[in-house]
Amino acid sequence: MSRGSNILAEFLRGLGQATFFLLTIVRALPGALLRPRLIVQQLYHVGVLSLIIIVISGSFVGMILALQGYRTLSHFGATSTLGVFVSFVVVRELAPVVTALLFAGRAGSALAAEIGLMKATDQLSGMEMMAVDPVKRVIAPRFLAALIAMPLLTSIFAVMAIGVAGGHLIGVDLLGVDQGTYWGQIHAELRPHDVVESLIKSLFFGIVIAWISVYQGYFAAPTSEGVSRATTSTVVVSSLIVVGLDFVLTAFMFR
Amino acid sequence: MISPDSDIHVRVRGLRFSFGPRVIYDGVDLDIPRGKITAILGPSGTGKTTLLRLIGGQWRPKSGSIEVDGVNVHKQSRSQLFELRKRMGLLFQSGALLTDLSVFENVAFPLREHTDLPESMIRDLVLMNLEAVGLRGARELYPEQISGGMSRRVALARAIALEPALIMFDEPFTGQDPISMGVLIRLVRTLNKAQGLTSIIVSHDVKEVLSISDYAYVISGGKVLDHGTPEAIRASRSEYAQQFLHGRPDGPVPFHYKASKNYADDLLESVE
Repeated sequence: MSRGSNILAEFLRGLGQATFFLLTIVRALPGALLRPRLIVQQLYHVGVLSLIIIVISGSFVGMILALQGYRTLSHFGATSTLGVFVSFVVVRELAPVVTALLFAGRAGSALAAEIGLMKATDQLSGMEMMAVDPVKRVIAPRFLAALIAMPLLTSIFAVMAIGVAGGHLIGVDLLGVDQGTYWGQIHAELRPHDVVESLIKSLFFGIVIAWISVYQGYFAAPTSEGVSRATTSTVVVSSLIVVGLDFVLTAFMFR
Repeated sequence: MISPDSDIHVRVRGLRFSFGPRVIYDGVDLDIPRGKITAILGPSGTGKTTLLRLIGGQWRPKSGSIEVDGVNVHKQSRSQLFELRKRMGLLFQSGALLTDLSVFENVAFPLREHTDLPESMIRDLVLMNLEAVGLRGARELYPEQISGGMSRRVALARAIALEPALIMFDEPFTGQDPISMGVLIRLVRTLNKAQGLTSIIVSHDVKEVLSISDYAYVISGGKVLDHGTPEAIRASRSEYAQQFLHGRPDGPVPFHYKASKNYADDLLESVE
């Protein structure tokens, strides 16, 4: 067999394995919902601990957008629409995408490494031998937590970028755009379904990242090299799929 | 072999297993007597750990059967297998403690997962099991704060929490200093005597294991080479058993890994 077809076969094998794994996780979800304590614990790890990076990045993305937008808009004397510019870009694209990329780097890699190490140190096998299903006890709660955390973090990112710091800080407080105009324009132009679509995107990204990170961790080679490869793959593959999927979703949503 | 049948806790027949092209077991028969300590001896790399994973149903044999209490482990549904596993404990070499839980919570883990006991009773049971392994005082510590020997003792307390009938030890004495080894040996023996636990010890620490076991199997190259009481094994005439028991560097297990050329040709070959 040529090298190319080997790689293709390997890719298809991985895809099949990952799909079966996802089905196993989905079957385990109802059971996981009965133990909210485990999900809350994981929400803390993937959600609360990702807050700092999301808040800071959101603020800076908003600030940069306001600076760039203000300069361009001022050529047309349209600086009053700065709020619309910032909020459109943030809500429709940057909040879900940048949050997803950051989330993959911060929480996805941590999930993959944790699960991979649990495997390498026989903790998953140990559970199996104690008649505890690791997919129910370890994987499903983490998967659910990542799913719940993504839309929440995306919302926080957007709020930071448009309002609290970000665009508002630069546009209104620094460059002197009228506060009423800033908010009024956003209120008039930003439609509820922009927000809904943003959240739908983030939910899709959450599923992708959660799936990839638990899969990479669970099927990592039980060595230090294997765990490091799983962590890297999680970030690389998640990021690529997130940007690709974003294109597809955007194409569907703005037909 | 030992009879009558009901005294056999684990019965292995015609076991074949391989990792890809590497054959690990090539037709192995074993009888593990109930309530006794049985040693499985063999050099590293003979797949002793594999045997325990096969008995626990984590891996499937290529052919042959493994029965625990007369039930074929590999013909069970997943939920039946889990029921079966509640009656067996496996002690991993690393201890396999859950690193995000304290010593107390590790021992409580199987109880919380499988029983609806009130918190006060779980506490009592955990403390009793920890007391049995001498680590009641270490209950607040986390796995990274205790030594390897202590980890294995905690894992032991956890393994007996559900009061299994069968417990399997994977290299319990490897890498232990003489004191912790002594502690572990005493624990294994006491547990066996006090609770009538069937114990399987997989090990290459021949002297220590033979000192506490009732029966022993010597495995190498995918086959059972010898079996019998410790006295019989010690007196065995099998060249292999003797090499293994006395740790001789050369014998049926050669010192030299098989090379494709002979030594002189290899040296004389010019490097180009």
